[in-house]
Amino acid sequence: MSVAPPTVRRGIATRALLYAILLVFAVIYLMPLYVMLTTSFKTLEEIHQGNMLALPVDWTLAPWREAWGSACIGLECNGVHGYFFNSIKIVVPAVLISGLLGAFNGYVLTKWKFRGHKIVFGLILFSCFIPFQIILLPMARVLGILHLANSTWGLVLVHIVYGIGFTTLFFRNFYASFPDELVRAAQLDGAGFFVIFFRILLPASIPIIVVTIIWQFTNVWNDFLFGVSFASGDSAPITVALNNLVNSSTGVKAYNVNMAAAMVAAVPTLIVYILAGKYFLRGLMSGSVKG
Amino acid sequence: MSNASPDRDGGARERLQRWLPKLVLSPSCVLVLFFVYGFIAWTSYISFSDSGMMPDYTWVGLHQWSRLWTSWTWGIALHNIWVFGLLYIVSCIVLGLLLAILLDQRIRAEGVLRTIYLYPMALSFIVTGTAWQWFLNPGLGLEKTMHDLGWQSFSFNWLIDSDMAIYTVIIAAVWQATGFVMAMFLAGLRGIDGEMIKAAQIDGAPVWKIYVRIIIPQLRPIFLSAVVVLAHLAIKSFDLIVAMTGGGPGNATAVPATFMYSYAFSRNEMGIAAASAVFMLAVIAALIIPYLYSELRESRS
Repeated sequence: MSVAPPTVRRGIATRALLYAILLVFAVIYLMPLYVMLTTSFKTLEEIHQGNMLALPVDWTLAPWREAWGSACIGLECNGVHGYFFNSIKIVVPAVLISGLLGAFNGYVLTKWKFRGHKIVFGLILFSCFIPFQIILLPMARVLGILHLANSTWGLVLVHIVYGIGFTTLFFRNFYASFPDELVRAAQLDGAGFFVIFFRILLPASIPIIVVTIIWQFTNVWNDFLFGVSFASGDSAPITVALNNLVNSSTGVKAYNVNMAAAMVAAVPTLIVYILAGKYFLRGLMSGSVKG
Repeated sequence: MSNASPDRDGGARERLQRWLPKLVLSPSCVLVLFFVYGFIAWTSYISFSDSGMMPDYTWVGLHQWSRLWTSWTWGIALHNIWVFGLLYIVSCIVLGLLLAILLDQRIRAEGVLRTIYLYPMALSFIVTGTAWQWFLNPGLGLEKTMHDLGWQSFSFNWLIDSDMAIYTVIIAAVWQATGFVMAMFLAGLRGIDGEMIKAAQIDGAPVWKIYVRIIIPQLRPIFLSAVVVLAHLAIKSFDLIVAMTGGGPGNATAVPATFMYSYAFSRNEMGIAAASAVFMLAVIAALIIPYLYSELRESRS
């Protein structure tokens, strides 16, 4: 931060070229989103006759209405709205519970260290990185035994279990730099385990809570593998419904409806990203650069 | 360390206080032990068993593994993950580094550009796949657009060409992850020690030389992190392939993740599916464990 990068400042031409390259990349990055959005407001005739890059001539909301309320997914023609709410029903408890567990774990692993705390952390951390294919078969059986197969509660359980690794990592790294002296002083004043956590650490944890919620929200909302493996049918999340809608081979492909449905699936995470991009990035970075 | 020693003759309350931290940690430990390590053990055992549609605990040694390695589709899947992984990692790193260096030139609208480059990372792979499948649609997408613009000979039907379909998936995957790699490099560039750069500048070294000789070598830890993260994302790639090509045309874009899924849930060959999953875990573990070990050691000192 302190030192300026070696910049190419000589000549307007070089600067112009620099901006031109950056702009071209920006256009390339925005293109799919632009095409998705404009396609979702076009009629099918316009899609077949017109140009993909052109703005809609007759703006129409019909594809959005159909995607939300009447598009056929499998045998039912109720659109994606039910699946959208399924995703919400999965995301909210999964994020809250895995976040709470992660906060407690991070607190214990940094402020109440015990013999072997590093091994425990290592074991929890490794669970972030396993390819989930390794747990698909036994998880399907266990969910069946618990009568949670094909239910949103089953997916909540799955997302809690495999979210603990990241939430613990976030809180542990955050609390590691929280001054031990404050905790010790509170202990001398007679404050217990929970009092210290709720009165001293938690109020100072807002930034990492935001990072954790955003990270978990994005991950759970965007999940497809668990959804398609454990919750086909009525309890499927939005990503599974979108895939079924787009890749079912029956009838004429309604590209505009597909794009509207894709936007419905994308909007929640996009909004979070636009509102809290800084925290989103922080989550990504701490997921990759540890310590 | 910060655990204040409780009174020696503490009552039940004190004893509870002493056990409380471990008690609070234990639900997570139990969950992780059972659902992660227990499941890994179970799947590993199944890969040596006679399981088909239902688990069958008869030990058959390497039978499932030899069936896996003689499977034609598994060969394609392995080949694809090599091509995919290599091109994906190299492209993301080259493009990400380029964008980071360009953005590091005191660009006026840096914040906006960064937001634009990074937003695909917030999207689900299914959304990305849906968008790119449409964008590259041979009949109505990019190809038709180019024809409309007057480039009649332009042809782009990779999505339905068995030899080329995997590259369309790579394009979409690179599009999604480059912004993230850029952000990592940008953070690295901002943290570089400036003394050597200043000295080189005073010597009159050209900018490109400063980057090649001084700056890029200092970004080595970031290269390592980026390779680990991207390799990990590549091996787990499942959603994007399902959404874009469904593993097709035919089996042309099968990868280990889709192979495992289809043997587990459509073909009811649990044994082979388990073996392929164990193989994936082994590759990732070989990559991640040394990385985690070194990262955790560094943070200790």
